[in-house]
Amino acid sequence: MAVNPDFAGREYPPTGPYSVSATSIAAFAQAVGAENVLHTDTDAAHDQGYAGVVAPPTYAVVIAQQCEAQYVADPEAGIDFSRVVHGEQRFDHHSPIVAGDELVGTLHVDALRQVGGNSMVTTRTELARTGGEPVSTVTSMLVVRGEEG
Amino acid sequence: MSPRLEDLNVGQIVATRTVSVDRDRLREYAEASGDRNPIHLDEQAARAVGLPGVIAHGMWTMGAAADVVSTWAGDPSAVVGYSTRFTGPVVVSAESGAQVQIRATVSSVDVPAGRVTLDIAVSSAGVDVLRRARAVVQLRPATPDGA
Repeated sequence: MAVNPDFAGREYPPTGPYSVSATSIAAFAQAVGAENVLHTDTDAAHDQGYAGVVAPPTYAVVIAQQCEAQYVADPEAGIDFSRVVHGEQRFDHHSPIVAGDELVGTLHVDALRQVGGNSMVTTRTELARTGGEPVSTVTSMLVVRGEEG
Repeated sequence: MSPRLEDLNVGQIVATRTVSVDRDRLREYAEASGDRNPIHLDEQAARAVGLPGVIAHGMWTMGAAADVVSTWAGDPSAVVGYSTRFTGPVVVSAESGAQVQIRATVSSVDVPAGRVTLDIAVSSAGVDVLRRARAVVQLRPATPDGA
């Protein structure tokens, strides 16, 4: 089944709030080998002026992928996840993510392109605090390999 | 202490690191990130889709490379922009894991904006696993008068 072109340009209603805990930041930091005390020591984070421990630069993907699931897991979208390869990833951070944050995500399907037999699917998740302050723009490009590829 | 923009030159290598990764680490990342795709956890699942074996999550590799930049900058929130293409797998052997080589080079310096852009080369077993990996690091606030 081919990727459904009708989804291009779609914007989903905001989802969340997603709670950011010190535990989840510490576990993520540990898993990527990030040892800065700002990821794990609340007192050190407070001393630097942060309201809680600070997320590593790619932590936002944890929340963005939950938002993206609305689209990529929708049978109508026609994305066969067993054929998906991660093509590109981009983060534009507007404000640091810290423990205690309550974030909402707004998912956009920015582009659907056919290249050869493959489909290139670009999504963008705008993460913001529940009060509306922008936090991060997370852009993902997935390649859905064609059946003959 | 964070680096000074005035001390940086285009082409200068500012950080290098070799990171070891094994399958326990991938299980940790799967739990921490929620990405439990079996190609990162199970040999048979990986081979079934034509991979040579279990491979690291692309986002694990991107995250491991990010830490080289945030450690250099002194503060993870200094990394205000970060992007890459994924061009090759990090194949993680059951016995010996894998090694990932990371090198960050100054690509441009914008003194009025207080920012430096770094190109990050990431390879494993001689293959570029990330390409066009680039981080924008805010080392100090922008100066409005451009001084």
